[in-house]
Amino acid sequence: MSPTRIPASLGGNLLLVVALVYLGVLVALPLVVVFVEAFAKGGAAYLAALADPDTRSALRLTLLVAAVTVPLNVVFGVTASWAIAKFEFRGKNMLITLIDLPFAVSPVISGLIYVLVFGARGWFGPWLMAHNIHVIFAVPGIILATIFVTFPFVARELIPLMQAQGSDEEQTAISLGASGWQAFWHVTLPNIGWGLLYGVLLCNARAMGEFGAVSVVSGHIRGLTNTLPLQIEILHNEYNPVAAFSAASILALLALVTLIAKTLLERRHPELRSGIAQRA
Amino acid sequence: MPAVNTLDPATVRPEHRPIHRHRVFRVLPGFRLTMGITLAYLCLIVLIPLSAAFLRSTDLGPERFWQVVTAPRVLASLRLSFGASLVAALVNALFGFIIAWALTRRRFPLRRMFDAIIDLPFALPTAVAGIALTALYSSNGWLGRWLEPLGIKVAYTPLGVVVALCFIGLPFVVRTLQPVLADLDREVERAAETLGASRLQTFRWVVLPAVWPALLTGCALAFSRSVGEYGSVIFIAGNVPMVSEIAPLMIMTKLEQYQYAEATAIAVVMLLASFGLMLLINGLQLWTQRRQKTRS
Repeated sequence: MSPTRIPASLGGNLLLVVALVYLGVLVALPLVVVFVEAFAKGGAAYLAALADPDTRSALRLTLLVAAVTVPLNVVFGVTASWAIAKFEFRGKNMLITLIDLPFAVSPVISGLIYVLVFGARGWFGPWLMAHNIHVIFAVPGIILATIFVTFPFVARELIPLMQAQGSDEEQTAISLGASGWQAFWHVTLPNIGWGLLYGVLLCNARAMGEFGAVSVVSGHIRGLTNTLPLQIEILHNEYNPVAAFSAASILALLALVTLIAKTLLERRHPELRSGIAQRA
Repeated sequence: MPAVNTLDPATVRPEHRPIHRHRVFRVLPGFRLTMGITLAYLCLIVLIPLSAAFLRSTDLGPERFWQVVTAPRVLASLRLSFGASLVAALVNALFGFIIAWALTRRRFPLRRMFDAIIDLPFALPTAVAGIALTALYSSNGWLGRWLEPLGIKVAYTPLGVVVALCFIGLPFVVRTLQPVLADLDREVERAAETLGASRLQTFRWVVLPAVWPALLTGCALAFSRSVGEYGSVIFIAGNVPMVSEIAPLMIMTKLEQYQYAEATAIAVVMLLASFGLMLLINGLQLWTQRRQKTRS
């Protein structure tokens, strides 16, 4: 690690160097090493690693999980922020705190609680078994755990945004004869569009990258219940660095795209920073 | 949570009564529908499963529960998770402050790129971070090969846990400090310097008191995330029982041995700590906001 003691009198330039070295070594280097290791044996080995059927099915499952999770959390996020931002009621702060809860829960515990509810020895386990429905160690469990860990993302982005915008425009639309749905569709949605996109971006990144929670409920069945992050773990444990880092490079690319899109959005709409950025 | 219906005077308490009588169209439609969906989804996804952890932990009985969570290996894992998180939060308090200061106060090439990179630990999946950090700090890695001759072993030791948690926690500290540092009136600092204060004195008596609540909030957020962190840690930790085994992994191990009740007991201890931290953070954030208001 970089040197830890700097006399303050040495001035700003030295501090600047310390800041950049810490950022470069601790944060940027892990991203660089992913791509270097992925291409350590050349482009052909990289492509061969990505062509592996288990890795491909893991990628497909990851895309499927995100495709189910993100829309559900978007619907929840928009609904919750409409209720919270446009109306006054008692217990509002309490409700916001409850929506925040999943941020405070360890990923492993996020998976565990679903095992306790749907697992073989869980609350609904015997009933599910009797009806031959598989939740835990199957795709539904993976989706549920992912919904849990990404639960607050969209809502937490939209609530402050909609609160700041108030409801005057919607009231005007309604007093001019629009229905509630029309007011939402033509007035609210265009106003929150960028915030929604921002929330979706972060929600999606977490949904595709979730590891701990999914690891508990997945059962690690190759080709069936392995998401891409779980597949990376398996390849890593098999001492197959090229394959592990090749798979990881896909998720690292996703992270890069997310970061760039997020930065561009923030540059155009600085107000977006206030929401999730501090909590995610 | 009953909505206040401003159209029906009977349900309106005086403080909720609209001031402008002619604005009776204040109430938008959809409160019941959206609140209903929100509460239903919240209960199904979050509250009922979370309550399962608390209810199922009572299966053990208080005595056995205590035995499980005070077993030496479990205690060691809790100590490591909380201890390493504390150390990482303190390291990030120092470097996070320097980085936030550099990004808000200095102009340098690629500043925007460095600013964007702060969020990488949010965006990079934890498993990817985990194997990348392991590759860097293992004995033949880019950093490990330089550190090991110096006698510093990072990978597969508690130090590796701290490094992973420093990575994960950094954005919390920087992103909480940045807006506060940006809002800070530089004239006050200049005035202190004009009046003869040294840089250190200015920092100690002018800057630090102003950013203190935000710094604490950022550290608490980083700490809270680090305590439960799993993916980025387990690869680099080596997971030696009693030495480098974190508490979330302990839960995982119990689960793999089908000791569900034991796993749940450890989970409940961690959940209680997390909820306590969450309340503390909410309090800190209120304090930060109030400070910001009285200053502006």
